[in-house]
Amino acid sequence: MRPLAHSRARHLRRRFTNGVALVLSVLATVFGLVFLVWIVWTTFSRGLEALNLDLFTQMTPPPNEAGGLLNAFFGSAVISALAIAIGTPIGIGAGIWLAEYARGSRLGNTVRFVNDILLSAPSIVLGLFIYALVVLPMGHFSAFAGAIALALVALPVIVRTTDEMLQLVPGQMREAALSLGIPQWKVTMQILFRAARPGIVTGILLALARISGETAPLLFTAYNNQFWSTNLMEPMANVPMVIYQYALSPFASWNALAWAGALIVMLFVLTLSLLARAILLRQRMPAND
Amino acid sequence: MIEPSAIATSPEAAAEHVKLAARDIRFHYGDALALKGIDLEVPEHRVTALIGPSGCGKSTLLRVFNRIYELYPGQRAEGQVLLDGQDVLARNYPLAQLRSRIGMVFQKPVPFPMTIYDNVAYGISHYEKLPRAEMDARVEAALTRAALWDEVKDKLKKSALGLSGGQQQRLCIARAIAIEPEVILFDEPTSALDPIATARIEQLIEELKHQFTILIVTHNMQQAARCSDYTAFMYLGELVERGRTDQIFTRPTQKRTEDYITGRFG
Repeated sequence: MRPLAHSRARHLRRRFTNGVALVLSVLATVFGLVFLVWIVWTTFSRGLEALNLDLFTQMTPPPNEAGGLLNAFFGSAVISALAIAIGTPIGIGAGIWLAEYARGSRLGNTVRFVNDILLSAPSIVLGLFIYALVVLPMGHFSAFAGAIALALVALPVIVRTTDEMLQLVPGQMREAALSLGIPQWKVTMQILFRAARPGIVTGILLALARISGETAPLLFTAYNNQFWSTNLMEPMANVPMVIYQYALSPFASWNALAWAGALIVMLFVLTLSLLARAILLRQRMPAND
Repeated sequence: MIEPSAIATSPEAAAEHVKLAARDIRFHYGDALALKGIDLEVPEHRVTALIGPSGCGKSTLLRVFNRIYELYPGQRAEGQVLLDGQDVLARNYPLAQLRSRIGMVFQKPVPFPMTIYDNVAYGISHYEKLPRAEMDARVEAALTRAALWDEVKDKLKKSALGLSGGQQQRLCIARAIAIEPEVILFDEPTSALDPIATARIEQLIEELKHQFTILIVTHNMQQAARCSDYTAFMYLGELVERGRTDQIFTRPTQKRTEDYITGRFG
């Protein structure tokens, strides 16, 4: 009966190893989740306290006075929208070139590599770059410079998603369209792009989510403005900068506004992520049945 | 569906017009030589089947005929492909014209991400600007010839991705015939389909040959026996033997052909 006893011992040892591995991985997950939940919880509880209608109707106030974040919300919306408007056409164009025209070429692979570096470049570097390129020649901070800096943050995300989503389109669809005698640019724009569109839209939404919380690129570019301003060529208020400034201040009313701003940004990013998921899910549905 | 009017001749008919011919086709994937000098004649209004074990080069040969391989850098073909005697591999032969004359149906059905109607109309509208009513008629005619009209006529504006695999493949056939090519290349068109859908496609191919010249790659020997007039057997990048299908399957002249069709390898 020795073989049986032997296998029994081995079985127990395996169960033990399995148990240890399971416990360790669960602990690692819990460790990560605890901080996430903690952050979300703190933002929610502190943010909700400060949440009221004034937030969306009043300007940023002087210390210890009542006010809201209207000018900051407006500024963030304008700067982010402009950044996406600049980054999207360039990003999609570059993505199409990478996926459709530069496939397997050395130049294409180099550009893709450089784009990946840009993707993980510290955003403060991009901010400094635009500071030197736009702000110094202009002589002052401006919303326009902020939008360009944020466009540089969004650009590599959009390039990457467009490239990847087009590459995910089955090669046979490309071949089927070309085999009808339709030229490549038309095939790309009318068929492949249509097939990849939900993914590309998702990429743009995620890029928007990414830039809506970026502070560093705005620090040297759009800066901040405590007043209402619609002039793109002047400094403009924006939520991340206001949070940064107000959170560091010693004034309780400013601290509260910073929490409220943080909560709104978090909810905005959360909504965008859910929307992006919904778009991708809806696309997969018809293919499954 | 098809007017059996014109061409009811048997494969035995004497003077068959050679619609498509390969002349000493050599094909390179980078440094690897995949086709080692293929000569093949494809008679008009007949079904010619290409059979052979996996990797023998039959799909590669098919992809030379409409130059779809040019999409990939590193792939290159030498030799001549004569369509009605004219070399379509020649650099100056317009690619769009070649592909409007030689259509292709692929292994996996790949409808475009648009409606059923638009899938068929898309190719037509690239070549001709038609008024709505005429386009409707053309789409209906193509879907009818592809034996799909009755199943989709009430949902033309629905996404083509909702169709079954067999329906999608017939839609791809409708899409290919809608632009009125002269030759249709089929690359294992039923390998992703169930037996019933396969039977429908085979029946369809049989009917389509009255109007088109058909070249079909298949790894299914029964399929070649069932629906082709001529069969060519390829092995390791060479064309071993080509003849009338009944002759190839009953009295092959080459030992390798006999070994393959009797199932000794492959």
